[in-house]
Amino acid sequence: MSRPDRGPSILRFAAPQNFYPLAGRLAPWFAGAAALLTLAGLWLSFFVAPTDATQGEVYRVIFIHVPAAWMSMFVYLVMAFWSAVGLVMNTRLSFLMSQALAPTGAMFCVVALWTGALWGKPTWGTYWVWDARLTSQALLLFLYLGFIALTRAIEDPRRADRAGAIIALVGAVNVPVIYFSVKWWNTLHQGASVSLTKAPSMATTMLAGMLVMAVAAWAYTLAVVLWRVRSMILERERHTEWVGAELMREALRQGGRA
Amino acid sequence: MLSAFFAVLRRDLLLAWRGRADVLVTLAFFVIVVCLFPFGVGAEANLLRTIAPGVLWVAALLACLLSLHRLFAQDHADGTLEQLLLSSEPAVLWVTAKVLAFWLTTGLPVVVVAPVLGMLLDLEQGAYPALVISLVLGTPILALLGAVGAALTLGLRGGGMLLALLVLPLFVPVLIFGAGAVEAELSGTGATAHLLLLGGGLAGALALAPWACVAALRVSTE
Amino acid sequence: MQWESWSAFWNMGGAGFFVWGSYGLTFALVALELVLVFQRRKDTVNRLLRWRKAVGRNGSGVGAGKESPGESRAIP
Repeated sequence: MSRPDRGPSILRFAAPQNFYPLAGRLAPWFAGAAALLTLAGLWLSFFVAPTDATQGEVYRVIFIHVPAAWMSMFVYLVMAFWSAVGLVMNTRLSFLMSQALAPTGAMFCVVALWTGALWGKPTWGTYWVWDARLTSQALLLFLYLGFIALTRAIEDPRRADRAGAIIALVGAVNVPVIYFSVKWWNTLHQGASVSLTKAPSMATTMLAGMLVMAVAAWAYTLAVVLWRVRSMILERERHTEWVGAELMREALRQGGRA
Repeated sequence: MLSAFFAVLRRDLLLAWRGRADVLVTLAFFVIVVCLFPFGVGAEANLLRTIAPGVLWVAALLACLLSLHRLFAQDHADGTLEQLLLSSEPAVLWVTAKVLAFWLTTGLPVVVVAPVLGMLLDLEQGAYPALVISLVLGTPILALLGAVGAALTLGLRGGGMLLALLVLPLFVPVLIFGAGAVEAELSGTGATAHLLLLGGGLAGALALAPWACVAALRVSTE
Repeated sequence: MQWESWSAFWNMGGAGFFVWGSYGLTFALVALELVLVFQRRKDTVNRLLRWRKAVGRNGSGVGAGKESPGESRAIP
Protein backbone atom coordinates (compact mmCIF):
# COMPACT_ATOMS: atom_id res chain seq x y z
CA MET A 1 0.00 0.00 0.00
CA SER A 2 2.56 2.56 1.02
CA ARG A 3 4.81 4.08 -1.51
CA PRO A 4 8.55 4.49 -0.99
CA ASP A 5 9.93 7.96 -0.39
CA ARG A 6 11.08 9.66 -3.52
CA GLY A 7 13.70 11.91 -2.02
CA PRO A 8 13.03 15.46 -1.04
CA SER A 9 10.77 16.20 -3.99
CA ILE A 10 7.39 17.76 -3.38
CA LEU A 11 5.81 14.62 -4.81
CA ARG A 12 6.84 12.91 -1.61
CA PHE A 13 3.81 14.47 0.01
CA ALA A 14 1.50 12.76 -2.45
CA ALA A 15 1.99 9.70 -0.26
CA PRO A 16 -0.58 9.73 2.56
CA GLN A 17 1.87 8.69 5.27
CA ASN A 18 4.06 11.67 4.46
CA PHE A 19 1.22 14.08 4.04
CA TYR A 20 -0.48 13.10 7.27
CA PRO A 21 2.15 14.52 9.67
CA LEU A 22 2.71 17.52 7.43
CA ALA A 23 -1.01 18.34 7.54
CA GLY A 24 -0.95 17.94 11.30
CA ARG A 25 1.93 20.38 11.61
CA LEU A 26 0.51 22.97 9.22
CA ALA A 27 -3.13 23.04 10.29
CA PRO A 28 -2.65 24.80 13.65
CA TRP A 29 -0.66 27.54 11.98
CA PHE A 30 -3.38 28.14 9.44
CA ALA A 31 -5.97 28.08 12.20
CA GLY A 32 -3.97 30.64 14.19
CA ALA A 33 -3.58 32.83 11.13
CA ALA A 34 -7.31 32.54 10.46
CA ALA A 35 -8.15 33.62 14.01
CA LEU A 36 -5.81 36.62 13.93
CA LEU A 37 -6.94 37.68 10.48
CA THR A 38 -10.58 37.35 11.46
CA LEU A 39 -10.02 39.61 14.45
CA ALA A 40 -8.20 42.14 12.28
CA GLY A 41 -10.91 41.88 9.63
CA LEU A 42 -13.69 42.38 12.16
CA TRP A 43 -11.93 45.40 13.55
CA LEU A 44 -11.58 46.87 10.06
CA SER A 45 -15.19 46.01 9.24
CA PHE A 46 -16.77 47.54 12.30
CA PHE A 47 -14.44 50.24 13.54
CA VAL A 48 -12.46 51.51 10.58
CA ALA A 49 -14.70 51.19 7.54
CA PRO A 50 -17.03 54.20 7.36
CA THR A 51 -20.80 54.08 7.14
CA ASP A 52 -21.93 53.60 3.57
CA ALA A 53 -23.54 56.70 2.16
CA THR A 54 -26.45 54.94 0.47
CA GLN A 55 -26.94 51.73 2.42
CA GLY A 56 -26.11 52.81 5.93
CA GLU A 57 -24.72 50.25 8.35
CA VAL A 58 -26.30 47.16 6.87
CA TYR A 59 -23.68 47.03 4.14
CA ARG A 60 -21.28 45.67 6.79
CA VAL A 61 -22.65 42.26 5.89
CA ILE A 62 -20.48 42.29 2.76
CA PHE A 63 -17.40 41.69 4.88
CA ILE A 64 -18.54 38.11 5.26
CA HIS A 65 -20.91 37.84 2.33
CA VAL A 66 -18.41 38.53 -0.42
CA PRO A 67 -15.54 36.46 1.01
CA ALA A 68 -17.95 33.55 1.59
CA ALA A 69 -19.24 33.75 -1.98
CA TRP A 70 -15.68 33.89 -3.31
CA MET A 71 -14.63 30.94 -1.20
CA SER A 72 -17.63 28.84 -2.19
CA MET A 73 -16.72 29.20 -5.85
CA PHE A 74 -13.01 28.90 -5.35
CA VAL A 75 -13.33 25.78 -3.22
CA TYR A 76 -15.37 24.13 -5.97
CA LEU A 77 -12.64 24.90 -8.48
CA VAL A 78 -10.00 23.45 -6.16
CA MET A 79 -12.20 20.39 -5.68
CA ALA A 80 -12.45 19.94 -9.43
CA PHE A 81 -8.69 20.44 -9.71
CA TRP A 82 -7.93 17.70 -7.19
CA SER A 83 -10.48 15.46 -8.86
CA ALA A 84 -8.77 15.91 -12.21
CA VAL A 85 -5.36 15.28 -10.64
CA GLY A 86 -6.72 12.15 -9.01
CA LEU A 87 -8.21 10.79 -12.22
CA VAL A 88 -5.12 11.54 -14.29
CA MET A 89 -2.32 10.69 -11.85
CA ASN A 90 -4.24 8.08 -9.89
CA THR A 91 -3.27 9.53 -6.52
CA ARG A 92 -5.53 8.51 -3.66
CA LEU A 93 -4.71 11.62 -1.66
CA SER A 94 -6.14 13.93 -4.34
CA PHE A 95 -9.55 12.30 -4.08
CA LEU A 96 -9.45 12.61 -0.31
CA MET A 97 -8.59 16.29 -0.62
CA SER A 98 -11.53 16.98 -2.90
CA GLN A 99 -13.87 15.13 -0.54
CA ALA A 100 -12.48 16.97 2.46
CA LEU A 101 -13.08 20.29 0.73
CA ALA A 102 -16.73 19.70 -0.12
CA PRO A 103 -18.37 20.25 3.30
CA THR A 104 -16.46 23.49 3.83
CA GLY A 105 -17.40 24.71 0.37
CA ALA A 106 -21.03 23.89 1.04
CA MET A 107 -20.79 25.70 4.37
CA PHE A 108 -19.53 28.84 2.64
CA CYS A 109 -22.35 28.49 0.12
CA VAL A 110 -24.90 28.48 2.93
CA VAL A 111 -23.21 31.47 4.55
CA ALA A 112 -23.22 33.40 1.26
CA LEU A 113 -26.92 32.64 0.72
CA TRP A 114 -27.92 33.44 4.27
CA THR A 115 -26.01 36.71 4.46
CA GLY A 116 -27.25 37.59 0.97
CA ALA A 117 -30.82 37.14 2.14
CA LEU A 118 -30.29 39.17 5.29
CA TRP A 119 -28.62 41.88 3.28
CA GLY A 120 -31.34 41.83 0.67
CA LYS A 121 -34.22 42.38 3.07
CA PRO A 122 -33.32 45.92 4.16
CA THR A 123 -31.71 46.83 0.84
CA TRP A 124 -34.24 45.51 -1.68
CA GLY A 125 -37.13 44.90 0.66
CA THR A 126 -37.14 41.13 0.16
CA TYR A 127 -35.11 38.21 1.44
CA TRP A 128 -34.77 36.57 -1.91
CA VAL A 129 -34.68 37.81 -5.46
CA TRP A 130 -34.15 35.56 -8.44
CA ASP A 131 -31.00 37.42 -9.16
CA ALA A 132 -28.42 35.71 -11.35
CA ARG A 133 -25.84 35.57 -8.59
CA LEU A 134 -28.14 34.36 -5.85
CA THR A 135 -29.65 31.75 -8.12
CA SER A 136 -26.30 30.42 -9.31
CA GLN A 137 -25.14 30.35 -5.72
CA ALA A 138 -28.11 28.19 -4.81
CA LEU A 139 -27.38 25.86 -7.72
CA LEU A 140 -23.74 25.67 -6.63
CA LEU A 141 -24.96 24.53 -3.22
CA PHE A 142 -26.91 21.75 -4.96
CA LEU A 143 -23.78 20.74 -6.85
CA TYR A 144 -21.93 20.48 -3.53
CA LEU A 145 -24.75 18.49 -1.97
CA GLY A 146 -24.88 16.17 -4.96
CA PHE A 147 -21.14 15.54 -4.71
CA ILE A 148 -21.31 14.87 -0.98
CA ALA A 149 -24.37 12.64 -1.32
CA LEU A 150 -22.82 10.63 -4.15
CA THR A 151 -19.48 10.02 -2.44
CA ARG A 152 -21.31 8.97 0.72
CA ALA A 153 -23.81 6.72 -1.02
CA ILE A 154 -21.10 4.52 -2.55
CA GLU A 155 -19.68 1.91 -0.20
CA ASP A 156 -16.59 0.96 -2.17
CA PRO A 157 -14.04 3.74 -1.53
CA ARG A 158 -12.35 3.33 -4.88
CA ARG A 159 -15.61 3.75 -6.75
CA ALA A 160 -16.70 6.59 -4.46
CA ASP A 161 -13.47 8.47 -5.17
CA ARG A 162 -13.73 8.18 -8.91
CA ALA A 163 -17.47 8.74 -9.19
CA GLY A 164 -17.14 11.87 -7.04
CA ALA A 165 -14.27 13.10 -9.17
CA ILE A 166 -16.30 12.67 -12.36
CA ILE A 167 -19.32 14.51 -11.02
CA ALA A 168 -17.08 17.30 -9.66
CA LEU A 169 -15.56 17.76 -13.10
CA VAL A 170 -18.92 17.64 -14.86
CA GLY A 171 -20.16 20.23 -12.40
CA ALA A 172 -17.12 22.43 -12.93
CA VAL A 173 -17.69 22.41 -16.69
CA ASN A 174 -21.31 23.33 -16.07
CA VAL A 175 -20.79 26.10 -13.52
CA PRO A 176 -20.01 28.78 -16.14
CA VAL A 177 -22.85 27.52 -18.34
CA ILE A 178 -25.22 27.71 -15.40
CA TYR A 179 -24.03 31.16 -14.43
CA PHE A 180 -24.41 32.64 -17.90
CA SER A 181 -27.73 30.99 -18.57
CA VAL A 182 -29.12 32.24 -15.28
CA LYS A 183 -27.78 35.68 -16.02
CA TRP A 184 -29.40 35.69 -19.45
CA TRP A 185 -32.68 34.44 -18.00
CA ASN A 186 -32.52 37.03 -15.25
CA THR A 187 -31.99 39.98 -17.56
CA LEU A 188 -34.91 38.83 -19.69
CA HIS A 189 -37.29 38.38 -16.79
CA GLN A 190 -36.41 41.02 -14.31
CA GLY A 191 -35.11 43.91 -16.27
CA ALA A 192 -32.76 46.03 -14.24
CA SER A 193 -34.90 46.18 -11.13
CA VAL A 194 -32.10 44.86 -8.97
CA SER A 195 -28.49 45.32 -9.72
CA LEU A 196 -25.88 43.76 -7.57
CA THR A 197 -23.20 44.27 -10.16
CA LYS A 198 -23.02 48.03 -9.91
CA ALA A 199 -20.79 48.20 -6.91
CA PRO A 200 -20.92 51.64 -5.39
CA SER A 201 -17.53 53.26 -5.30
CA MET A 202 -15.97 51.57 -2.37
CA ALA A 203 -13.84 53.20 0.25
CA THR A 204 -10.34 51.73 0.49
CA THR A 205 -10.93 50.70 4.07
CA MET A 206 -14.01 48.76 3.02
CA LEU A 207 -12.03 46.93 0.38
CA ALA A 208 -9.25 46.27 2.88
CA GLY A 209 -11.73 44.79 5.35
CA MET A 210 -13.15 42.53 2.69
CA LEU A 211 -9.74 41.33 1.54
CA VAL A 212 -8.55 40.61 5.06
CA MET A 213 -11.70 38.62 5.73
CA ALA A 214 -11.19 36.75 2.46
CA VAL A 215 -7.64 35.79 3.44
CA ALA A 216 -8.97 34.70 6.83
CA ALA A 217 -11.51 32.49 5.08
CA TRP A 218 -8.68 30.94 3.06
CA ALA A 219 -6.63 30.21 6.13
CA TYR A 220 -9.66 28.76 7.89
CA THR A 221 -10.47 26.53 4.93
CA LEU A 222 -6.90 25.25 4.78
CA ALA A 223 -6.87 24.48 8.49
CA VAL A 224 -10.21 22.73 8.65
CA VAL A 225 -9.65 20.78 5.44
CA LEU A 226 -6.24 19.57 6.59
CA TRP A 227 -7.74 18.45 9.89
CA ARG A 228 -10.56 16.69 8.13
CA VAL A 229 -8.33 14.99 5.60
CA ARG A 230 -6.23 13.58 8.44
CA SER A 231 -9.21 11.63 9.73
CA MET A 232 -10.00 10.46 6.22
CA ILE A 233 -6.41 9.30 5.69
CA LEU A 234 -6.49 7.28 8.91
CA GLU A 235 -9.72 5.68 7.82
CA ARG A 236 -8.49 4.79 4.35
CA GLU A 237 -4.99 3.66 5.38
CA ARG A 238 -6.14 1.72 8.40
CA HIS A 239 -4.53 -1.48 7.11
CA THR A 240 -1.03 0.01 7.07
CA GLU A 241 1.65 -0.21 9.71
CA TRP A 242 2.14 3.51 10.06
CA VAL A 243 -1.51 4.10 10.90
CA GLY A 244 -1.16 1.41 13.56
CA ALA A 245 1.80 3.26 15.06
CA GLU A 246 -0.02 6.57 14.84
CA LEU A 247 -3.08 5.11 16.56
CA MET A 248 -0.91 3.74 19.38
CA ARG A 249 0.66 7.16 19.84
CA GLU A 250 -2.78 8.75 19.86
CA ALA A 251 -4.00 6.22 22.41
CA LEU A 252 -1.10 7.06 24.72
CA ARG A 253 -1.82 10.73 24.32
CA GLN A 254 -5.43 10.14 25.31
CA GLY A 255 -4.29 8.66 28.59
CA GLY A 256 -3.39 5.04 27.94
CA ARG A 257 -6.69 3.59 26.77
CA ALA A 258 -5.67 0.88 24.17
CA MET B 1 -17.02 0.67 -36.32
CA LEU B 2 -20.41 2.17 -36.98
CA SER B 3 -21.87 -1.31 -37.17
CA ALA B 4 -21.54 -1.54 -33.38
CA PHE B 5 -23.39 1.75 -33.10
CA PHE B 6 -26.28 0.53 -35.20
CA ALA B 7 -26.32 -2.90 -33.62
CA VAL B 8 -26.70 -1.42 -30.13
CA LEU B 9 -29.22 1.11 -31.39
CA ARG B 10 -31.32 -1.57 -33.05
CA ARG B 11 -31.12 -3.82 -30.01
CA ASP B 12 -32.18 -1.10 -27.59
CA LEU B 13 -35.02 0.00 -29.81
CA LEU B 14 -36.19 -3.58 -30.10
CA LEU B 15 -36.05 -4.00 -26.32
CA ALA B 16 -37.97 -0.78 -25.89
CA TRP B 17 -40.56 -2.01 -28.38
CA ARG B 18 -40.99 -5.23 -26.43
CA GLY B 19 -41.40 -3.21 -23.24
CA ARG B 20 -43.78 -0.67 -24.75
CA ALA B 21 -45.56 -0.24 -21.45
CA ASP B 22 -42.56 1.63 -20.00
CA VAL B 23 -42.69 4.17 -22.78
CA LEU B 24 -46.40 4.63 -22.28
CA VAL B 25 -45.90 5.10 -18.55
CA THR B 26 -43.41 7.90 -19.24
CA LEU B 27 -45.89 9.56 -21.56
CA ALA B 28 -48.73 9.17 -19.10
CA PHE B 29 -46.55 10.74 -16.43
CA PHE B 30 -45.83 13.69 -18.70
CA VAL B 31 -49.53 14.19 -19.41
CA ILE B 32 -50.56 13.89 -15.78
CA VAL B 33 -47.95 16.36 -14.54
CA VAL B 34 -49.13 18.93 -17.05
CA CYS B 35 -52.76 18.28 -16.12
CA LEU B 36 -51.98 18.85 -12.44
CA PHE B 37 -51.11 22.48 -12.99
CA PRO B 38 -54.60 23.78 -13.73
CA PHE B 39 -55.74 22.12 -10.50
CA GLY B 40 -52.92 23.78 -8.63
CA VAL B 41 -52.97 27.29 -10.01
CA GLY B 42 -56.55 27.57 -11.17
CA ALA B 43 -58.11 27.14 -14.60
CA GLU B 44 -57.95 30.74 -15.66
CA ALA B 45 -57.03 30.74 -19.35
CA ASN B 46 -54.76 33.79 -19.22
CA LEU B 47 -52.71 32.41 -16.39
CA LEU B 48 -52.41 28.99 -18.00
CA ARG B 49 -51.34 30.57 -21.26
CA THR B 50 -48.61 32.48 -19.46
CA ILE B 51 -47.19 29.52 -17.63
CA ALA B 52 -47.66 27.00 -20.46
CA PRO B 53 -44.08 27.07 -21.83
CA GLY B 54 -42.57 26.61 -18.39
CA VAL B 55 -45.03 23.91 -17.37
CA LEU B 56 -44.52 21.90 -20.55
CA TRP B 57 -40.76 22.14 -20.21
CA VAL B 58 -40.65 21.25 -16.54
CA ALA B 59 -42.94 18.29 -17.17
CA ALA B 60 -40.78 17.10 -20.08
CA LEU B 61 -37.70 17.42 -17.88
CA LEU B 62 -39.26 15.41 -15.06
CA ALA B 63 -40.47 12.73 -17.45
CA CYS B 64 -36.93 12.41 -18.76
CA LEU B 65 -35.49 12.35 -15.24
CA LEU B 66 -37.82 9.62 -14.04
CA SER B 67 -37.07 7.34 -16.95
CA LEU B 68 -33.29 7.81 -16.75
CA HIS B 69 -32.75 4.89 -14.41
CA ARG B 70 -33.90 2.58 -17.22
CA LEU B 71 -30.99 3.66 -19.40
CA PHE B 72 -28.38 1.29 -17.96
CA ALA B 73 -30.13 -0.60 -15.14
CA GLN B 74 -31.30 -3.56 -17.22
CA ASP B 75 -27.96 -4.03 -18.97
CA HIS B 76 -26.17 -3.69 -15.67
CA ALA B 77 -28.34 -6.33 -14.04
CA ASP B 78 -27.91 -8.96 -16.76
CA GLY B 79 -24.21 -8.33 -17.36
CA THR B 80 -24.56 -6.93 -20.88
CA LEU B 81 -22.95 -3.72 -19.78
CA GLU B 82 -19.76 -5.38 -18.63
CA GLN B 83 -19.57 -7.38 -21.84
CA LEU B 84 -19.93 -4.20 -23.83
CA LEU B 85 -17.25 -2.45 -21.78
CA LEU B 86 -14.91 -5.40 -22.28
CA SER B 87 -15.49 -5.54 -26.01
CA SER B 88 -13.04 -3.94 -28.39
CA GLU B 89 -15.66 -1.61 -29.83
CA PRO B 90 -15.10 2.03 -28.87
CA ALA B 91 -17.28 2.54 -25.83
CA VAL B 92 -18.16 6.11 -26.73
CA LEU B 93 -19.96 4.88 -29.84
CA TRP B 94 -22.26 2.39 -28.24
CA VAL B 95 -22.92 4.67 -25.27
CA THR B 96 -24.04 7.31 -27.74
CA ALA B 97 -26.20 4.70 -29.45
CA LYS B 98 -27.80 3.79 -26.14
CA VAL B 99 -28.50 7.42 -25.33
CA LEU B 100 -29.94 7.94 -28.79
CA ALA B 101 -32.20 4.92 -28.39
CA PHE B 102 -33.24 6.24 -24.99
CA TRP B 103 -34.10 9.59 -26.48
CA LEU B 104 -36.03 8.03 -29.35
CA THR B 105 -38.14 6.08 -26.88
CA THR B 106 -38.70 8.75 -24.22
CA GLY B 107 -37.74 12.18 -25.56
CA LEU B 108 -39.34 11.85 -28.96
CA PRO B 109 -42.76 10.72 -27.69
CA VAL B 110 -42.73 13.67 -25.30
CA VAL B 111 -41.94 16.01 -28.19
CA VAL B 112 -44.84 14.56 -30.17
CA VAL B 113 -47.33 14.85 -27.34
CA ALA B 114 -46.24 18.29 -26.11
CA PRO B 115 -48.19 20.30 -28.74
CA VAL B 116 -51.40 18.47 -27.79
CA LEU B 117 -50.83 19.41 -24.17
CA GLY B 118 -50.06 22.92 -25.33
CA MET B 119 -53.63 23.07 -26.58
CA LEU B 120 -54.89 22.04 -23.16
CA LEU B 121 -53.06 25.00 -21.70
CA ASP B 122 -54.28 27.28 -24.49
CA LEU B 123 -50.78 27.99 -25.76
CA GLU B 124 -50.86 30.52 -28.57
CA GLN B 125 -50.73 29.19 -32.11
CA GLY B 126 -47.51 30.89 -33.11
CA ALA B 127 -45.53 29.30 -30.31
CA TYR B 128 -45.88 25.68 -31.43
CA PRO B 129 -42.91 25.58 -33.82
CA ALA B 130 -40.67 27.09 -31.16
CA LEU B 131 -41.99 24.62 -28.58
CA VAL B 132 -41.33 21.60 -30.78
CA ILE B 133 -37.93 22.73 -32.00
CA SER B 134 -36.78 23.68 -28.49
CA LEU B 135 -37.86 20.26 -27.23
CA VAL B 136 -36.19 18.49 -30.14
CA LEU B 137 -32.93 20.29 -29.39
CA GLY B 138 -33.23 20.32 -25.61
CA THR B 139 -34.39 16.86 -24.59
CA PRO B 140 -31.34 15.14 -26.15
CA ILE B 141 -29.16 17.34 -23.92
CA LEU B 142 -31.18 16.16 -20.94
CA ALA B 143 -30.67 12.56 -22.03
CA LEU B 144 -26.91 13.05 -22.50
CA LEU B 145 -26.36 14.80 -19.17
CA GLY B 146 -28.72 12.41 -17.45
CA ALA B 147 -26.80 9.45 -18.84
CA VAL B 148 -23.71 10.55 -16.91
CA GLY B 149 -25.73 10.73 -13.70
CA ALA B 150 -27.40 7.39 -14.42
CA ALA B 151 -24.00 5.80 -15.00
CA LEU B 152 -22.61 7.22 -11.75
CA THR B 153 -25.54 6.06 -9.62
CA LEU B 154 -25.72 2.62 -11.21
CA GLY B 155 -26.83 0.00 -8.71
CA LEU B 156 -26.82 2.32 -5.70
CA ARG B 157 -29.45 2.11 -3.01
CA GLY B 158 -31.66 5.16 -3.19
CA GLY B 159 -30.16 5.90 -6.58
CA GLY B 160 -33.28 7.60 -7.87
CA MET B 161 -33.25 10.57 -5.51
CA LEU B 162 -29.49 10.81 -5.78
CA LEU B 163 -29.73 10.89 -9.55
CA ALA B 164 -32.24 13.74 -9.31
CA LEU B 165 -29.98 15.70 -6.97
CA LEU B 166 -27.01 15.17 -9.28
CA VAL B 167 -28.55 16.08 -12.60
CA LEU B 168 -31.27 18.64 -11.84
CA PRO B 169 -28.82 21.52 -11.31
CA LEU B 170 -27.22 20.58 -14.62
CA PHE B 171 -30.63 20.65 -16.32
CA VAL B 172 -31.30 24.27 -15.34
CA PRO B 173 -29.61 25.91 -18.36
CA VAL B 174 -31.55 23.64 -20.74
CA LEU B 175 -34.78 24.56 -19.00
CA ILE B 176 -33.95 28.25 -19.18
CA PHE B 177 -33.23 28.25 -22.88
CA GLY B 178 -35.96 25.76 -23.76
CA ALA B 179 -38.82 27.49 -21.99
CA GLY B 180 -37.19 30.81 -22.84
CA ALA B 181 -37.40 30.04 -26.55
CA VAL B 182 -41.16 29.60 -26.39
CA GLU B 183 -41.61 32.69 -24.27
CA ALA B 184 -39.41 34.75 -26.54
CA GLU B 185 -41.54 33.65 -29.50
CA LEU B 186 -44.65 34.69 -27.62
CA SER B 187 -43.26 38.06 -26.61
CA GLY B 188 -42.30 38.79 -30.21
CA THR B 189 -38.52 38.88 -29.87
CA GLY B 190 -38.14 35.61 -31.75
CA ALA B 191 -36.77 32.31 -30.55
CA THR B 192 -33.72 32.18 -32.82
CA ALA B 193 -31.15 33.17 -30.23
CA HIS B 194 -32.45 30.65 -27.70
CA LEU B 195 -32.61 27.90 -30.25
CA LEU B 196 -29.09 28.59 -31.45
CA LEU B 197 -27.83 28.40 -27.88
CA LEU B 198 -29.71 25.16 -27.38
CA GLY B 199 -28.16 23.82 -30.56
CA GLY B 200 -24.73 24.84 -29.32
CA GLY B 201 -25.47 23.17 -26.00
CA LEU B 202 -26.49 20.01 -27.82
CA ALA B 203 -23.27 20.01 -29.83
CA GLY B 204 -21.23 20.54 -26.68
CA ALA B 205 -23.09 17.85 -24.76
CA LEU B 206 -22.74 15.44 -27.68
CA ALA B 207 -19.00 16.06 -27.75
CA LEU B 208 -18.34 15.76 -24.01
CA ALA B 209 -21.08 13.80 -22.26
CA PRO B 210 -20.45 10.37 -23.90
CA TRP B 211 -16.84 10.43 -22.70
CA ALA B 212 -17.86 11.33 -19.17
CA CYS B 213 -20.52 8.66 -19.37
CA VAL B 214 -18.04 5.99 -20.43
CA ALA B 215 -15.67 7.00 -17.64
CA ALA B 216 -18.57 6.83 -15.18
CA LEU B 217 -19.64 3.41 -16.43
CA ARG B 218 -16.13 2.06 -16.04
CA VAL B 219 -15.96 3.42 -12.49
CA SER B 220 -19.34 1.96 -11.61
CA THR B 221 -18.78 -1.52 -13.00
CA GLU B 222 -15.20 -2.30 -12.08
CA MET C 1 -13.87 55.32 16.43
CA GLN C 2 -17.25 55.91 14.89
CA TRP C 3 -19.69 54.48 17.41
CA GLU C 4 -21.03 56.85 20.03
CA SER C 5 -21.89 54.08 22.43
CA TRP C 6 -22.13 50.32 22.69
CA SER C 7 -25.85 50.46 22.17
CA ALA C 8 -25.31 52.35 18.94
CA PHE C 9 -22.84 49.66 17.95
CA TRP C 10 -25.30 46.85 18.62
CA ASN C 11 -28.10 48.76 16.96
CA MET C 12 -26.14 49.18 13.71
CA GLY C 13 -28.23 52.11 12.58
CA GLY C 14 -31.40 50.06 12.90
CA ALA C 15 -30.02 47.13 10.92
CA GLY C 16 -28.77 45.22 13.93
CA PHE C 17 -30.90 42.16 13.23
CA PHE C 18 -29.57 41.78 9.70
CA VAL C 19 -25.92 42.48 10.48
CA TRP C 20 -25.75 40.41 13.67
CA GLY C 21 -27.92 37.72 12.16
CA SER C 22 -25.39 37.35 9.36
CA TYR C 23 -22.32 37.35 11.57
CA GLY C 24 -24.01 35.21 14.18
CA LEU C 25 -24.93 32.39 11.80
CA THR C 26 -21.55 32.53 10.08
CA PHE C 27 -19.60 32.10 13.29
CA ALA C 28 -22.06 29.52 14.58
CA LEU C 29 -21.51 27.46 11.42
CA VAL C 30 -17.75 27.85 11.67
CA ALA C 31 -17.82 26.72 15.29
CA LEU C 32 -20.09 23.82 14.42
CA GLU C 33 -17.81 22.72 11.61
CA LEU C 34 -14.77 22.82 13.89
CA VAL C 35 -16.57 20.82 16.58
CA LEU C 36 -17.67 18.23 14.04
CA VAL C 37 -14.18 17.93 12.58
CA PHE C 38 -12.60 17.30 15.98
CA GLN C 39 -15.41 14.97 16.90
CA ARG C 40 -14.77 13.03 13.74
CA ARG C 41 -11.07 12.81 14.55
CA LYS C 42 -11.84 11.39 17.98
CA ASP C 43 -14.42 8.97 16.62
CA THR C 44 -12.10 7.75 13.90
CA VAL C 45 -9.21 7.16 16.28
CA ASN C 46 -11.34 5.33 18.83
CA ARG C 47 -13.15 3.26 16.24
CA LEU C 48 -9.93 2.24 14.51
CA LEU C 49 -8.29 1.39 17.82
CA ARG C 50 -11.17 -0.91 18.71
CA TRP C 51 -11.07 -2.40 15.23
CA ARG C 52 -7.34 -3.12 15.38
CA LYS C 53 -7.78 -4.77 18.74
CA ALA C 54 -10.45 -6.96 17.22
CA VAL C 55 -8.46 -8.02 14.17
CA GLY C 56 -5.15 -8.64 15.90
CA ARG C 57 -2.38 -7.14 17.95
CA ASN C 58 0.05 -5.85 15.38
CA GLY C 59 -2.68 -4.61 13.11
CA SER C 60 -1.55 -6.53 10.06
CA GLY C 61 -4.15 -9.20 10.59
CA VAL C 62 -6.47 -7.88 7.98
CA GLY C 63 -9.39 -10.03 7.00
CA ALA C 64 -9.67 -11.79 10.33
CA GLY C 65 -13.40 -11.90 10.11
CA LYS C 66 -13.88 -8.17 10.47
CA GLU C 67 -12.76 -6.35 7.38
CA SER C 68 -14.29 -2.98 8.05
CA PRO C 69 -14.40 -1.06 11.29
CA GLY C 70 -17.82 0.23 10.32
CA GLU C 71 -17.84 3.23 8.11
CA SER C 72 -18.44 6.61 9.64
CA ARG C 73 -21.06 8.28 7.55
CA ALA C 74 -21.27 11.55 9.42
CA ILE C 75 -21.11 14.61 7.21
CA PRO C 76 -17.88 16.13 8.56
